[in-house]
Order: sequence, then structure tokens, then C-alpha cells
Amino acid sequence: MAAITQETPREIVLQVEESQRRARTAFRLKSGLMWVLLIGGLMFVLWYTHNVDMEWIGVWWQFILIGAPITVLLSVVSILIATILAIFGAIGRLSRNAYIYGIASLYVSLVRGTPLIAQILFIYLGLPQVGIILDPIPAGIVALSFNYGAYMTEIFRAGIQAVPRGQREAAEALGMPERLVMRRIVLPQAFRIVIPAIGNDFVAMIKDSALVSVISAQELLWRAQRAGTQTFHTLQAIIIAAGVYWILTIVFSYFQERLERRMARGDR
Amino acid sequence: MTTTMPGSGYPQGEPLPHHLGEVIVEARQVEKYFGRNHVLRGIDLEVRRREAVMLIGRSGSGKTTLLRCLNFLEEPTAGSVAIDGLQVVADPLHERSRRHQEQIRQIRLRAGMLFQEFNLFPHMTALQNCIESPTRVRGIPRDEAVATAERYLDKVGLLEKRDEYPARLSGGQKQRVAIARALCMEPKVLLFDEPTSALDPELIGEVLMVMEELAHEGATMLVVTHEMHFAREAADRVVFMEDGVIVEQGPPDEVLNKPADARTRNFLRRFLEE
Repeated sequence: MAAITQETPREIVLQVEESQRRARTAFRLKSGLMWVLLIGGLMFVLWYTHNVDMEWIGVWWQFILIGAPITVLLSVVSILIATILAIFGAIGRLSRNAYIYGIASLYVSLVRGTPLIAQILFIYLGLPQVGIILDPIPAGIVALSFNYGAYMTEIFRAGIQAVPRGQREAAEALGMPERLVMRRIVLPQAFRIVIPAIGNDFVAMIKDSALVSVISAQELLWRAQRAGTQTFHTLQAIIIAAGVYWILTIVFSYFQERLERRMARGDR
Repeated sequence: MTTTMPGSGYPQGEPLPHHLGEVIVEARQVEKYFGRNHVLRGIDLEVRRREAVMLIGRSGSGKTTLLRCLNFLEEPTAGSVAIDGLQVVADPLHERSRRHQEQIRQIRLRAGMLFQEFNLFPHMTALQNCIESPTRVRGIPRDEAVATAERYLDKVGLLEKRDEYPARLSGGQKQRVAIARALCMEPKVLLFDEPTSALDPELIGEVLMVMEELAHEGATMLVVTHEMHFAREAADRVVFMEDGVIVEQGPPDEVLNKPADARTRNFLRRFLEE
């Protein structure tokens, strides 16, 4: 018992820190082990219940995997266009001009009130009726941008409203006209606020982009289905595609979380 | 020339203190309602070139609202404001009209404003904060605007912080950068809205020092403040407001040491007790 009293407070602090560090490492190792066990178990079950055809995988894996960069490209282009749409949408939703507000609010309501898959089909099948013929991939990009633009409009609106009122007042007091205040002072700050949310939407879009397979855009899911149905290996093909989506989202979520942490530290 | 209008704060018919110039700010019969709340009740106020006027009064007396009405961050319900010869009549019915907005903008170009919360732009460095409006609104060439900004940052003692973002500055430093930013627009008058109220006590001094220096150099200033020592040191005139009217005004010695009105005495007594 006497030994306890030998330790100085400084040593106790160090010991507590050391034990906390060890606990964190142990937690990470154990939860990682759980992942490995569960995924391993799942693969084991699949292997024994579905007699996985390695030969088939050897022939088709390339064809399927080419879909991954296409999916990513589709999502990147769409999120960029959606962001631009959302900026205008948000300005419209906050506009004092009733007509502009009307257009912006109709856009948000219509897009959020109808299924994405219906919008994809509408753009691919409907636009040719008025003479606009789009290939599947561009049609998919239009539909995804339009859809996400509406959801992101609300994110941007909240972001703009989250910029403190004093910022606007300070800019106005310096004689800046309204547009300049928006462009130089409010939007840059709103953008910083919403960047984590955009990252989040991007990860969601990677998965939603699978829906454009319905108009034969040759992205990841379409390729998997194509490879699977032709050779009666549909389930295996879908599992492979799902695995690839999962890996993509893990990778991008990792970057998104880092970005979020950096923005949270911020320079305010 | 020497005769004064109501609101000048000096006895009518007597000569003005010699260092004061022409009228820069002239508020006439300014009224402000917030809903049914009558916040300003017919304010007449003049501020002359090189004059430092301190607005005092308890919170809710309308002094901040008056300041914000002068550059139309709040649209007065009635009355008029003139700054450096440009008169704008309150027009709450057509507040958003293009013509009125442009007039307001012109008024704002003549008046620099300092806020309790500093309101520096967080995504810009100290220097960028200072040159943003000169380059984009006044159309001053960048290198010229930078030279001016550096001069004013030096004046507030923060030239070495020119490339820092506001997050890396203390509250007192932020407010000093905000003062430099306002000066960069070469305004005819500086409006200070409780510039030290959000500061930790030990940071108040550096801001007041800069303001006092400005006052002694002959800047035209209207300051809403609770710092009575500062008012005594730096003011040409102290204006005491209560319930939306100017109760009493005059040289700091008179208003702060031997107030004529019971309401002023009451305020000062309570204030000094705290």
C-alpha cells in the first residue's frame, strides 16, 4: 500500500494517459477483428452455398470493374453540376422576387416529391419527344444533377442563413451592393459551412447512380447485371458490384470525414 | 456662421469651439418604431467635422438604434439623415426601391461603422479585409489600396498581422483591424457601436487607445459607449439618451460631473455604483 503514495501527481497523469491510449488501441483492434470475422463468415457462407465460379470471375471481372471509374466519373460530374444548381436554387429560395422564389420552390418541390427513377426515365424517354436526344450517360448526369441539386438547394439555403447577420451588415456598411455582399462575403462562408454536407451527398450519390442502369448507362451495376444475366451468374455479379460500391463509399467517406474534421477546426 | 441649429449641442447664438468644422452628420426628427415599440422619438443630432461625440444611456434607451438609423442598417420610420451634404429621407414604404437603396449606399460610403462583434470577414486576412471594399466598390487599384491598408494597419499597430486570418487575432486586435478596415474607405465620419463591449477587460484599453488617438487627430466620430472614463478623456460632447429622446448634452465636464437633468444624474449614479 505504501507504494501508491510514492507516485507524484505528474506520474499519475502520465499513467492515466497511457492507459487511455491503450484502451483506444484495444477498442480499434477488437472492432476491426469483428469486421474481419463477420466478413469472413459471410464469404464462407456464400462460398459454400453458391459454389462460386472462379473461372467465370476470371473472365468477367475486368468487364465489371471498368464500371467503377464510370460510376465515380458520373457521380463527380453530377455533384459538381448539382452544386451549381443548388447555389442558384438557394438564392432563388431566399429571393425577395416572388417570380424567382416561385421557380425555385417549384423546382425543389417537384424534384423532391417524385422518385429519382421516374426522373431518370423521364429525361431519357421524355426529352427526345421535344427533340433533345441524350445518350444514357449524359441523360443520367442530367437526372442525377437535377435531383441532387434540389436536395442540396435546401442545404445551401440553410448554409446561407447560418452566416451571421453581422457579416452582411458589415459588408453593407462598407458600401457593398447586395450582389457583391452575396458573392464575396456570404456565399464563400456558406460554402464552408455546407462542404461536409456536400461530401455526404457525394457518397450517397455514388450509390444512387446505380439507378441510371435502367436506361442502359454502362456503369458499375449495369455491367454487373449484363455479365451476370448473360451467363446465369446474376447473384455473383450483383454481389461483386455491391462489394465495389461498398469499397468506393468507404474510401470517399474516409476523405469526407477528414475534410469535415478540417473544416470543423476551420479558421474562424 | 456661428449660430447653431437645434441638435448641435451647443448654446444657440454662441461661438462654437474653434476646432470644429462644418456639419457632417445631421439627423432631423428621426423616429423609429419596432412594431408598436416607439424606440426613437424625434431625434435631432448634429456632428461637426473633427468632433468626437459620445452617446451614453442605459441599454434600451435607443442609442444603438439611433446609430444604426444613421447609416440605414435600420430604416427610420420618419425623419431624415444627412451625411456630408447628402440627405436621405426615411422611406419605410419604399425601403427596397432601387433609388432608395442606392442613396443609402452613398450614405454608407460616407460613414464607417464599427460593431460590437467586430464582424471581420473570417475567410479573408487582415489585409484582404481592408482592401475588399476599396478595390471592389471604390475601384481603387489594388497596389494603391494595399498601400493605404498597410498605412492604416500600421496606425492601429497591427501591420505585422496583415496576413493573419481573424481567427488568429485576439478580440482587441480584431477590433483594431476593423477600425483600419473602416478607415480604408476614407469615411467622413466613424460610427462606433459599443466597440469594446464584447472584449475581455484586459483588451479594452488597446482599442480605446486607438480611438482616443483618432479623436485627438481630429477624426469625426460618433461613439455609443459605456466607458465613462474614455468619454471624459476623448469626447468633445457627451449626449445622454433615455427612452428614445436626447435628455441632455454638452461638454463631458458638464454632463458627466454636474448633470442638469435628474434622469442623467440617476443613470450616472447607478452606473458608477456598478
